[in-house]
Amino acid sequence: MSVNQQAHTGPPYGQPQPGYQGYQQPAYGGQSLPGVPQAQYGAYNGPVPGYQQPVPPQGYFPSLGFPLKGSPVSLNSDTSSLAPNFIGSLRAPPTSGAPPPASGASHPSGPLAYSQFEHGDVQNGIPASAAPVQRPPASQPFLPGSAPTPVSQISTFQQYGPPPASVQQLRNHMAGMTIGSTAASAPPPAGLGYGVGPSSYPPTTGAPRPPAMPGPPLPGQTVAAPPSSQPNHVSSPPPPSTMAGLHPGPPMSGLHGPPPPTHPPQPGYPMQQNGSFGQMRGPQPNYGGAYPGAPNYGSPPGPPPPPKRLDPDSIPSPQLNELPPQQKPRHRIDPDAIPSPIQVIEDDRNNRGSEPFVTGVRGQVPPLVTTNFLVKDQGNASPRYIRCTSYNIPCTSDMAKQSQVPLAAVIKPLAALPPEETLPYLVDHGESGPVRCNRCKAYMCPFMQFIEGGRRFQCCFCSCVTEVPPHYFQHLDHTGKRVDFYDRPELSLGSYEFLATVDYCKNNKFPSPPAFIFMIDVSYNAVKSGLVRLICEELKSLLDYLPREGNMEESAIRVGFVTYNKVLHFYNVKSSLAQPQMMVVSDVADMFVPLLDGFLVNVNESRTVIASLLDQIPEMFADTRETETVFAPVIQAGLEALKAAECAGKLFIFHTSLPIAEAPGKLKNRDDRKLINTDKEKTLFQPQTSFYNNLAKDCVAQGCCVDLFLFPNQYLDVATLGVVPYQTGGSIYKYAYFQLETDQYRFLNDLRRDVQKEVGFDAVMRVRTSTGIRATDFFGAFYMSNTTDVEMAGLDCDKTITVEFKHDDKLSEDSGALLQCALLYTSCAGQRRLRIHNLSLNCCTQLADLYRNCETDTLINYLAKFAYRGVLSSPVKTVRDALINQCAQILACYRKNCASPSSAGQLILPECMKLLPVYLNCVLKSDVLQPGPEVTTDDRAYIRQLVTSMDVAETNVFFYPRLLPLTKADVDSDSLPAAIRNSEERLSKGDIYLLENGLNIFVWVGVSVQQGLIQNLFGVSSFSQISNALSTLPVLENPFSKKVRSIVDMLQGQRSRYMKLIVVKQEDKLEMLFKHFLVEDKSLTGGASYVDFLCHMHKEIRQLLS
Amino acid sequence: MATYLEFIQQNEERDGVRFSWNVWPSSRLEATRMVVPLACLLTPLKERLDLPPVQYEPVLCSRPTCKAVLNPLCQVDYRAKLWACNFCFQRNQFPPAYAGISEVNQPAELMPQFSTIEYIVQRGPQMPLIFLYVVDTCLEEEDLQALKESLQMSLSLLPPDALVGLITFGRMVQVHELSCEGISKSYVFRGTKDLTAKQIQDMLGLSRPAVPMQQGRSLQTPEQPVISSRFLQPVHKIDMNLTDLLGELQRDPWPVTQGKRPLRSTGVALSIAVGLLEGTFPNTGARIMLFTGGPPTQGPGMVVGDELKTPIRSWHDIEKDNARFMKKATKHYESLANRSAANGHCIDIYTCALDQTGLLEMKCCANLTGGHMVMGDSFNTSLFKQTFQRVFSKGYNGEFRMAFGANLDVKTSRELKIAGAIGPCISLNAKGPCVSENELGIGGTSQWKICSLDPSTTLAIYFEVVNQHNAPIPQGGRGAVQFVTQYQHSSTQRRIRVTTIARNWADAQTQLQHIEAAFDQEAAAVLMARLGVYRAESEEGPDVLRWLDRQLIRLCQKFGQYNKDDPNSFRLSESFSLYPQFIFHLRRSPFLQVFNNSPDESSYYRHHFARQDLTQSLIMIQPILYAYSFHGPPEPVLLDSSSILPDRILLMDTFFQIVIYLGETIAQWQKAGYQDMPEYENFKHLLQAPLDDAQEILQTRFPMPRYVHTEHGGSQARFLLSKVNPSQTHNNLYAWGQESGSPILTDDVSLQVFMDHLKKLAVSSAS
Repeated sequence: MSVNQQAHTGPPYGQPQPGYQGYQQPAYGGQSLPGVPQAQYGAYNGPVPGYQQPVPPQGYFPSLGFPLKGSPVSLNSDTSSLAPNFIGSLRAPPTSGAPPPASGASHPSGPLAYSQFEHGDVQNGIPASAAPVQRPPASQPFLPGSAPTPVSQISTFQQYGPPPASVQQLRNHMAGMTIGSTAASAPPPAGLGYGVGPSSYPPTTGAPRPPAMPGPPLPGQTVAAPPSSQPNHVSSPPPPSTMAGLHPGPPMSGLHGPPPPTHPPQPGYPMQQNGSFGQMRGPQPNYGGAYPGAPNYGSPPGPPPPPKRLDPDSIPSPQLNELPPQQKPRHRIDPDAIPSPIQVIEDDRNNRGSEPFVTGVRGQVPPLVTTNFLVKDQGNASPRYIRCTSYNIPCTSDMAKQSQVPLAAVIKPLAALPPEETLPYLVDHGESGPVRCNRCKAYMCPFMQFIEGGRRFQCCFCSCVTEVPPHYFQHLDHTGKRVDFYDRPELSLGSYEFLATVDYCKNNKFPSPPAFIFMIDVSYNAVKSGLVRLICEELKSLLDYLPREGNMEESAIRVGFVTYNKVLHFYNVKSSLAQPQMMVVSDVADMFVPLLDGFLVNVNESRTVIASLLDQIPEMFADTRETETVFAPVIQAGLEALKAAECAGKLFIFHTSLPIAEAPGKLKNRDDRKLINTDKEKTLFQPQTSFYNNLAKDCVAQGCCVDLFLFPNQYLDVATLGVVPYQTGGSIYKYAYFQLETDQYRFLNDLRRDVQKEVGFDAVMRVRTSTGIRATDFFGAFYMSNTTDVEMAGLDCDKTITVEFKHDDKLSEDSGALLQCALLYTSCAGQRRLRIHNLSLNCCTQLADLYRNCETDTLINYLAKFAYRGVLSSPVKTVRDALINQCAQILACYRKNCASPSSAGQLILPECMKLLPVYLNCVLKSDVLQPGPEVTTDDRAYIRQLVTSMDVAETNVFFYPRLLPLTKADVDSDSLPAAIRNSEERLSKGDIYLLENGLNIFVWVGVSVQQGLIQNLFGVSSFSQISNALSTLPVLENPFSKKVRSIVDMLQGQRSRYMKLIVVKQEDKLEMLFKHFLVEDKSLTGGASYVDFLCHMHKEIRQLLS
Repeated sequence: MATYLEFIQQNEERDGVRFSWNVWPSSRLEATRMVVPLACLLTPLKERLDLPPVQYEPVLCSRPTCKAVLNPLCQVDYRAKLWACNFCFQRNQFPPAYAGISEVNQPAELMPQFSTIEYIVQRGPQMPLIFLYVVDTCLEEEDLQALKESLQMSLSLLPPDALVGLITFGRMVQVHELSCEGISKSYVFRGTKDLTAKQIQDMLGLSRPAVPMQQGRSLQTPEQPVISSRFLQPVHKIDMNLTDLLGELQRDPWPVTQGKRPLRSTGVALSIAVGLLEGTFPNTGARIMLFTGGPPTQGPGMVVGDELKTPIRSWHDIEKDNARFMKKATKHYESLANRSAANGHCIDIYTCALDQTGLLEMKCCANLTGGHMVMGDSFNTSLFKQTFQRVFSKGYNGEFRMAFGANLDVKTSRELKIAGAIGPCISLNAKGPCVSENELGIGGTSQWKICSLDPSTTLAIYFEVVNQHNAPIPQGGRGAVQFVTQYQHSSTQRRIRVTTIARNWADAQTQLQHIEAAFDQEAAAVLMARLGVYRAESEEGPDVLRWLDRQLIRLCQKFGQYNKDDPNSFRLSESFSLYPQFIFHLRRSPFLQVFNNSPDESSYYRHHFARQDLTQSLIMIQPILYAYSFHGPPEPVLLDSSSILPDRILLMDTFFQIVIYLGETIAQWQKAGYQDMPEYENFKHLLQAPLDDAQEILQTRFPMPRYVHTEHGGSQARFLLSKVNPSQTHNNLYAWGQESGSPILTDDVSLQVFMDHLKKLAVSSAS
């Protein structure tokens, strides 16, 4: 379907011209413009013009027609809005050959119809790529030939009328319409996309789709299949088919196919749309019938009957069946017709994954985080370091306010790079330190302008002119570039490091190498669960893998050990001792470190003593009866130890229970689920006492980072315990109901990674911006003592800081906007360094440019963090409403200013944001904002803090988990099976699926999975014998098992935390847990389904527009 | 009857008691006119070779307020098997076990020669002795090493079942757990924080009945008190362990920057030691032995800051009220001492340093608990090593010369009341009919606690005669006093020693000569000295001296024979003749004079003065001087500058110092090496004689005296010169001619001048 859609989109674009074109063009166009038609891009350009005409009017209408009414609001993002365009494009496609284009152009109406359908489709497939495609079609013939791909960048949707009733009516109309159309050409129904009433469709779709999404695969099919299938569209999977003709944008091509059919209806539609509601209503009756059917696929309205026949693949028929009768009626919108994250991801991967991303050009939108790509640093920081919500910033604050699009950058200063990319070069500017602007203190970077023959340079941030220090002087060449431009990383690269001088060090003293202190809870629970022994065993080997700098032979990091329950035990492991010495400090009220020498030691020197200690710890406490623990004193102890040693460092605290022993920072159990959904709910996220905030402050001042590993068997107040780790830039790991057998592997993996990963200490980050905007707000795990400097006691390669910018003046399109993120930190060898990341962005005076250069994933990252911070101070409901409202405003602004005029009933989404509703819904449904009954207070606090320092890739998969059909995996290749959308409808009971969200991996086994597969994967002979308790997949020697395990391993490797593997059997009680992650479905806790939410958004937008 | 001198000696040997007056004035008024109060020096555990303890319990008077012990002074009705208490006249039935008594079959306690008798109490658990070492680690390497060796050595001297514990301190305080194997474990406390007993016990895990970690082990040895097992262990079990631990003891690792004193948490360490014992073994004999090499510099009980540029307080500072930490520190140690004493634990203080170490502030710890106080220059000296070794010395019967937790109860006949006691004790606040309202020393009670005592520990006990002037001489003509000392013997037995004495009453108006003849001037001098020293602790030095002078003058007025206003006619009887001389030397002694002594030294001297027996006390007041020469056998000579002659070797014993002084000629001879020439062997012997005698004194004295060997003109000769009566000074040198002796450079008055003035004042009708 997607394919089809895309095609449609093409046209739509045209319509929106202003807005859309802008979008696509810039992005795509930029590249393609050159006229390379072949490329999808090229196509675009062309199309654009063409589109315009057709687009506007008719196109829209049609689209409106369908979905709109369906309360569910279909989300075709860009595409939908463009509907009209689509049509155009559609036609093109249909023609398959070049011909269509022309026609498309001419017949706006025709296209329109298409668009509608396609919208639906588009959504699915629409991805950016689609856009390009579209153009071609639109533009004309060229592409057409190739394919119609044009896409759908435009996701605009038209929503139906908000009111359900009306919606329905509309639908009916639609249905009617469609039907009509269908009648014309069988396939047309597709247009309905959603509804495609005609039974015929389904079948078709089903068949083709199965092939799996891979749009690309079948060229041939495209043509044939598409048409029919498309309607099914839904079967989004189909997209593959389309591809054929087209390049990456495969989907589009597919679309083309379908479009044709649609055309017919289009005309009709538009009308309706225009009439919009009024008319709609009339028709309703008809629709009603039609619709229902559509969703089901089953042709006949009678929802129930037909549906089933659909191919299992395309639509999980079972679900349909299962759906309560009520729901069905509501389901006016075809879920396949709404923008599909899977499609977007897939398209981006196909379009942009193959070539390296070269950062030389200002304001380029990088590929999505889900795409594998290489980065070539040519003056701007890699997107691995910085991603922005928009790469084109409004020139004025009015514009920014109008759009409501937050301007934010997600910065991961120490991000790990793939081996193919080079680490930032280390630059040494000598004793006087890095060359900086005199006024704003910005560091030398590629954007500084050298003038006066190189004797001075003008700051690119504040325009101040600074003398070039003599030792740094260099002549300029004829272009004004320094002769040594390519020799100096700070002049030619976006990211690099400076060696800091003593002026950049605390107390004007070069730092000592940092220290790691392991602090192990040895209370009864910890000992009994075997945790203490496990940790001690692991540490013995792990200590050999402390982070090292570059080529150093051994790590400079020193280690120390503390155990504790109600009191603390320090260990003297000086190398000269025959036996370690234990020193007990029971004065927890006033913590201090009882020894100086021998607490922090070099691992190699004290190896035998440490080994002896680690052997003895489990023995010493084997009989303990102590159940109470302290917590704050433990941190204080570590802090004091680091103070005494005058170094920065990290505490690894392994803790099991609520600290109720008499001591500072003692906590009480305040878990109270009754507070949920009350004004006091926020207190659940707030620390119990401000004690920990003060402690965190002290820790930050000393560069004492805290990593906390929790093993709770009950409430232990993560919200409070997490304060220090959070504010010091540390991590929290939580293993509820820790059991050695099932959890040790996960824990050990996390521990290993945490210990080994690259980390900087005592870090201060400042973000400088060019005049006009400035960083105003920061989200993440850190502490701020003033409004500009982000202080982190420790910062590892996974920690991300989201920075929001606001205007304080005007920007100019010419000079663009610059960001410079400077991170001062101490490396793991104790070297003081400055890591600099520079990024240049475009500025725009047209809102359309803004919308065309947004990145939804980053936006969601920002919005989630913003909301998650909001719950600390406002009721959750308020936060949710604010989120919805902001997004509605963003989309409404687009609709109002960028989209071509269309019926109010039509939901039009910007191409770049067409996934915003689905993702936003995921955020709203997340445990923090809408907890289910099984979600504990601690879980929520934990997730809240976790998300706050996540990068874009992590939030992406966290909110919209990846669902992979394992049974579709090709055992012979390295590739992953194509992901499918997170909806129960997509699951087939004959398959096995894997779902991952960065924290958990679920393996879902359908009830009727072949025995052979079960045998191969689990080593048991039947479904019923599969154990729920599996935490790893058995190692079996068969291709399927190997493949699945390699997939699991690969996924584990991609995430910063080792995910918990849970095997879920269909219809088992654990399935409830699993279903929670099927985020497109309605959740049990009241979270809206994607479709419902889209309708709701549409309603909101309409309200704003009116 | 023998002379009073013999009587006194006999009594002292038998009962360990010496009274200032051995015939008592019969009325209050007369008694006050005697100037020197009726008082006695009591050595409760005086070693008695001929006193086998009896294996039963004493028979007590049944009157609840009396409870005196049956003694030879009681009237016994053998037929009725009744005895009358000689203190309250209560008639008591003998207990059944005494059914067989008769005139010829008397129990020991009724025989006159058993006026002192010792009972062994069989009941009650026998608790092992406890030794808790509290060791300063802020020492020089050499000192620490020496101390470690001394401590290790001491383990072999302890009774094998004694419990030992170890606390070390420097900047932090570490309480070492002695029972664990493998990892050595210690509890660490910050040295700056004052902790309550409860906190300490909580932190050491003593407040719960069972300590989790120890459970496994404690089950195996259920007879051991579980709580204590971690920090206090029987020597025989852990001596290897502890020896190693001591061996590994390192100097305090915290850096001490230049110009600073090391941070030393003595106050907290002691507080923890006290708290530890308090929580584990209350009312059991225990010694906390503090070894420190410098002043406490932080936390509660700090005496001086860690800045070296600020010197530790001197008497000058104290007089000027400039000692900013003194009051607070003193209060801290006082409260510790009181707590410790209340639990029957004593605190020994061994300080070795060249500068002061804060003894002034800490003195009460030893004073109130009966602990030892030892002051030396370094732990690496024989003075310390031998003194410390002597703590664990054994008596003639192979028993340790230490006893714990003594409870001294004094009972008097009705004509007497108890005014107070001075010695290493604290009041138990036992009010009773025999407690006087007038306090001398630690008064207001008839019972005192002496947490640690040895056979020479001596208390001064002061009485008041309350018989009214017109009342008849009490019936029977004798007044009686009974001393009941219950204590924990070093063999861990509980014992009770009872001493009952009686003295005659005499009417001072008619029988003054009896009273006068029965005056014990030595005892009186010591008793007055104790009073004076006791006062000196709280009063200005000059006031005390004035008080002493006035008492002396009044005594001379009362008992001297003279014509009014004729100093030359003044005479004192034999029994008073030495008394003024004692007082003269007392006035010059470091007990009352702080000049030239640091506050620590004064405290040290006073501490010992308040607990030694009469003989030692007299030596302290008036050092003994022996002369060795070719003119005859060694002879005691006057403590006078005139005794310092060129051809003499002098041996002076001041208790704290043994000084051997070679006269000018002798010194020259020695330098010339005559002693090495066979023909001058006699010279060699002469040189050797005082050394041998000194050695003899050194062997028995506790604490080991400072041994000074010097010669004429030697710098150390000052020890001698400062003690002798300056009969010749630079002022009168020429007036006296060159005849003999050695002039002393001092402005102090000589004994002669002192006596002249005394006579003048005594005969003066004006005063």
